[in-house]
Amino acid sequence: MNSVTDSAPPRAANPPADAPQRMLHFHVLRHDPQDPVSIPHFDVFELEEAPGMTLFIALNVIREQLDPSLAFDFVCRAGICGSCGMVVNGRPGLACRTLTQDLPAEISLAPLPAFELIADLSVNTGKWMRGMSERLETWVHSLGQEVDLARLEARMDPELADRIYELDRCIECGCCVAACGTARMREDFMGAVGLNKIARFALDPRDHRNDEDFYELVGNDDGVFGCMTLLGCHDVCPKQLPLQTQIAFLRRKMVKAGL
Amino acid sequence: MKRMSTAAPVSAARSLRRWPARLDFLQSATGLALGLFMWAHMFFVATILLGNDAMWTVARMFEGYFIFGRPVYGLVAALVATIATLFVVHAALALRKFPASYRQYRTYRDHLKEMRHEDTTLWYWQVVTGFALFFMASVHLYIMLTRPDRIGPFESADRVWTDLMWPLYLVMLFAVEFHGGVGLYRLALKWGWFEGDGSDATGVRRKLRFFKWALTAFFLVLGLLTLAAYMKIGMDHAPFYGQHYVPSAVGATGVTP
Ligand code: HEM
Ligand code: SF4
Ligand code: SF4
Ligand code: FES
Repeated sequence: MNSVTDSAPPRAANPPADAPQRMLHFHVLRHDPQDPVSIPHFDVFELEEAPGMTLFIALNVIREQLDPSLAFDFVCRAGICGSCGMVVNGRPGLACRTLTQDLPAEISLAPLPAFELIADLSVNTGKWMRGMSERLETWVHSLGQEVDLARLEARMDPELADRIYELDRCIECGCCVAACGTARMREDFMGAVGLNKIARFALDPRDHRNDEDFYELVGNDDGVFGCMTLLGCHDVCPKQLPLQTQIAFLRRKMVKAGL
Repeated sequence: MKRMSTAAPVSAARSLRRWPARLDFLQSATGLALGLFMWAHMFFVATILLGNDAMWTVARMFEGYFIFGRPVYGLVAALVATIATLFVVHAALALRKFPASYRQYRTYRDHLKEMRHEDTTLWYWQVVTGFALFFMASVHLYIMLTRPDRIGPFESADRVWTDLMWPLYLVMLFAVEFHGGVGLYRLALKWGWFEGDGSDATGVRRKLRFFKWALTAFFLVLGLLTLAAYMKIGMDHAPFYGQHYVPSAVGATGVTP
């Protein structure tokens, strides 16, 4: 396995290429809800660690060499598409952005809770996200104004554009929902991802909804007032979105609108 | 610009929808008032560490003794009633946040064990201590409400020792300091206080957490010393149970243990 070392990023923490690699044990939660005889259980796969190995690489090796039936999702393997979220040693994260060298040799992998299980590590975050988007109407509402595609868009202050863009970096991976004790207990809670989206549209001058309108969407116990400020979301978000600040911002805004 | 899609909602439905905002605000406002009172209260009772006269002076001050020239116990009772009201409102609102079923409770417990995440764990203990305060604080508040005339160095020490309140106070000290400390910390995060422009929210949070633990440690030490002081006085004063304290400046006839 020496030949792969060249492509590994030069990290101070990396062991020298010829050092003996660790043997990793992957404890993977297996279950196929479509199969009536399937019962959830852990399969253990043993694998030699390679320099620069991510969970994405490890899972592909497992699927190619040990068990072709293992189900998991990947598209971009660069932390952009948001499809590879899973629970790694108890904490939600992106498999493609998680290096095995940052983990102990015993690694447990489980599907994200709070979402519909497809099989093994694959969950239907898309369905959940779509439901949330429809419920919260997470698109620009140009109320009553015709959008004239032929005309140049109104200019936006670059600083404001940056602030909106910052929140728009959410990849809908679902890690914040899986990490949220409130969302786990209360299925209808819209999660940090939903609250962040409302905060994003509240900033956008092209969206003509006012605070009253946003209050109708998130001013309840499934929305911002349900959040108990546990901040699991903030701590696991792989895009480091400022969820703590945004939820507090939205809470102040919504209390003002509702009092 | 005008709203085209929905008709104006019926006003009753509209005001119904405002309540979540009000309840959330009230939860925080009562929590803040109780939390700050808890710290002030600790300083008041801790004056016993400065001597019996200091505590006597503070107790009389709350009775308006230095304004009216005689103790007006109604003032103390009114203050206790105010705190009790805040307490009941706060507890009622907190009920909304409790796990509503065993399934929810189990889910949270499992989640907490898996995540090993400090703020998630702190919330669990906040709920547990809050639940315990339901009972413990009620006992304390009721006694203060019904016997506002028995607050003083000997009177309180008799209650702590001879009336066997110290086990309750000992457990309640830990519960209230933990619950209030975490509560105030969470309050700051919840509303984004001290965050400035939000560019270093994580750093602010780390500092807040440090402060929170430091304050909790401080008040626990102060509380334990204070309780020990009352226990010692109460022990010595046990043969004279029920006798009032007379400050050294007032009478050489003052009862000494
Ligand atoms: C019957 C007794 C009590 C119960 C059942 C209770 C319960 C709770 C619960 C469950 C929360 C979390 C609410 C949330 O996450 O939004 C909370 C918050 C809080 N509690 Fe209590 N509590 C009690 C008494 C007290 C007392 C005596 C104090 C004062 C020391 C206090 C101070 C606070 C504070 C400052 C908060 C934060 C408020 C917020 O997050 O909005 N509580 N309480
Ligand atoms: S807010 Fe963060 S954790 Fe949540 S879905 Fe978006 S990128 Fe993922
Ligand atoms: S702060 Fe806590 S309760 Fe609120 S969304 Fe984040 S994880 Fe959930
Ligand atoms: S594979 Fe796209 S985010 Fe991990």
